[in-house]
Amino acid sequence: MKRLELLSRILITLAIVGAVGTPLYFWSRTPLIHARIAENGGWTPDVIRANVGEPLHLKLTSDDVVHGFAVGQMDMQSVDVLPGKVTDLTLIFDKPGIYTFYCTRWCGLNHWRMRGTIEVGGSSSDTQPASAPLYVTLKINIDAPHNAPTIPVQKPSALRGQSFSTQLPITNSTNYYRANSPYQVFDELSNTSLTETERWDVAAYLWQSNTTAESLANGQRLYAQNCAACHGENGAGDGVFADDLTALGATLQRSMTGDNKMTMQTPADFTDPKRMMGASPALLQGKILRGGMGTGMPMWGSIFTEEQIWDLIAYLYSFQFEYQK
Amino acid sequence: MELTRLPILKPALKSRYPQLAVFIVMLAGYIFAILAGFIGTPVGSRNFSIVFVWIAWWAILILVAVPFFGRGWCAVCPIPLPGEWLQRGAVLNPPDKKPKWLNLRWPKFLRNIWLQNISFLLLALFSSVLLTTPNITAIILAAMLFAAIGLSMVFERRSFCRYLCPVGGFIGLYSQTAPIELRIKEKQVCVVCDGKPCYNGSQTGYGCPWDVFPGGLRKNTYCGLCMECIRTCPHDNIAINLRPFSADLAKPSARIDEAFKAFIMLASAMIYAGVLLGPWGALKDAAYNVGTSAWLIYAIIFLAIIFAVLPGFFALGILKTKSALPLKQRFASFATALIPLGLMFWVAFSLSFVLTNASYILASLSDPLGLGWNLFGTASTAWKPMLTSILAPAQTLALVGGLIWSARTAQKAANEIKSSSIPVITFCFIVTLVMLWLLL
Repeated sequence: MKRLELLSRILITLAIVGAVGTPLYFWSRTPLIHARIAENGGWTPDVIRANVGEPLHLKLTSDDVVHGFAVGQMDMQSVDVLPGKVTDLTLIFDKPGIYTFYCTRWCGLNHWRMRGTIEVGGSSSDTQPASAPLYVTLKINIDAPHNAPTIPVQKPSALRGQSFSTQLPITNSTNYYRANSPYQVFDELSNTSLTETERWDVAAYLWQSNTTAESLANGQRLYAQNCAACHGENGAGDGVFADDLTALGATLQRSMTGDNKMTMQTPADFTDPKRMMGASPALLQGKILRGGMGTGMPMWGSIFTEEQIWDLIAYLYSFQFEYQK
Repeated sequence: MELTRLPILKPALKSRYPQLAVFIVMLAGYIFAILAGFIGTPVGSRNFSIVFVWIAWWAILILVAVPFFGRGWCAVCPIPLPGEWLQRGAVLNPPDKKPKWLNLRWPKFLRNIWLQNISFLLLALFSSVLLTTPNITAIILAAMLFAAIGLSMVFERRSFCRYLCPVGGFIGLYSQTAPIELRIKEKQVCVVCDGKPCYNGSQTGYGCPWDVFPGGLRKNTYCGLCMECIRTCPHDNIAINLRPFSADLAKPSARIDEAFKAFIMLASAMIYAGVLLGPWGALKDAAYNVGTSAWLIYAIIFLAIIFAVLPGFFALGILKTKSALPLKQRFASFATALIPLGLMFWVAFSLSFVLTNASYILASLSDPLGLGWNLFGTASTAWKPMLTSILAPAQTLALVGGLIWSARTAQKAANEIKSSSIPVITFCFIVTLVMLWLLL
């Protein structure tokens, strides 16, 4: 009986230690990256370290709703991060630097705050110094209003504009397009014989000739994925979260920590001709790159490539201009 | 029919080791569930603790264990074990003559199931959160384990099981309907038995942990089927019998705490059906947002239905019936009729959510800690309700069957106390209609 008692005690101890130890062992050896809505902490951890050329294995899981994962400035398909499930992902970085990863699913009002960084160490041969973006070199104050004093009576048509463009005193260069707003073009043409409507049509033509169907399609895709949540599918600033922002009323001024620092504004309306005719591509690039500083507009500079931003901007003007199909 | 005559069952019950083996597995599983609740994913439908406790265990308990084995779950429940082993100072050996701990008698005024009624209601009021939040489930599971240990240190025997366990109260109530019972064979043997080792313990084992003298057992309610008296009885006078369903209900109980237990269970099955399965979003929100004023209103309505509305109508119904007994006793006796009905309400309610959510069990089995494992290749099993075509007929059958069963029980109770069963049967009929409406 004594021996059996001892044996039972040993068995029970083993069972308890096993029931505690086994899960703890595996749990501590499997680092998961947890996604939660921003109000509950966003990504944990939100800083990941990696080395150039070495595969980075990530295990992602969501603790609440469906999130997505993608790394900015990187050619990758975003993956879904599902509640209670684990998504495996392997990344290889070929350049050192600090990359931003972000949520790609509209998970909640503060979706755009769900970001983290991957610090990729190592050395690389082709280190290019970053050049200042156009809005900086042009010294555009991107926080000041740039509304157009007058607006077109009808939607400007690129097709109509094309017929007048040959006889005009302005260049059709990319640099000119990026640095000027449609209104500036309209204004520069004021001493020609064109009517006001025709002058707007020329601007529409200039804008179209500085993009391609492929760029517009790419811009539309990026817009639908990243911008439409707030700015609305049709650009009117009425995305699904815009309603939530309105519904929040005064609490909208509050940041997540509860202080009243926020000046959350309603999302920009790209169907508003005053705003869009007065905005140059360089201005829009600045807003997209840097974000809204305290408004709900996040900075996209760490996520979109330069080319993606120009594609996006070209698409934004299509809410104003009638382009040739 | 005496099951202990079966050549395999008798030695299996007489020996401690088969049960001990089950205990060890159960205890390990229980501790694993606590840990999974703390370190696993907070997503309830993917967490082992939620899926195994509130879906798998609940399904087994209410659809199989209670209806067919009565307190069969208590026979293998791991919660009292660490406390009991510590109390005795041994796993197998009987305790020393001198108690190791305080070994107090349970206070007299608490020798009823009111504490169990309260502990069940406390969990029930928070159930929307408890049933969906893994770490809350883990805290409750751990708390029960520690409460059982603590009570074992202070009081004698299994005080936690007998007087506090939120689950034990209703298992006991419904175990009266089960076709299994532990009883003595010959009364005279017990009367002349020297020392009553089944209650007081002996060299071969310890006295009844449930504080029950088997010689006096008339109903299943407080016999935990721990099988210890089978081992300690020197005269081989204990039997496990197969019997007709609900044999214990022929003689109605006159205890008011048990009568209210019947109301608590009947009403909470109905409220759960409304809150968890019903289409009312605002009701779900109120039940889920513990601490808000909406929840407070929900809690007040919840308690009012249990303690005022249903018992009120029930009492009004039997107020005018002719009987020699005072209303309180009639109330308690007639509440016996609600026991089979309540059980079948729970069966009908549980069928719905168990069949709806059973597919989570497969996924959770393959990835119990939510670490991306796929142990049995079932980790990515998609959520899919099972047997949807038979659900409504099975629920209807359970409810109608429960109503008939209750009516029979009410008639028996009415005969016992020489009163009319019509008001009770009418009451049962109306609540069954409400439950049918809630579920279908």
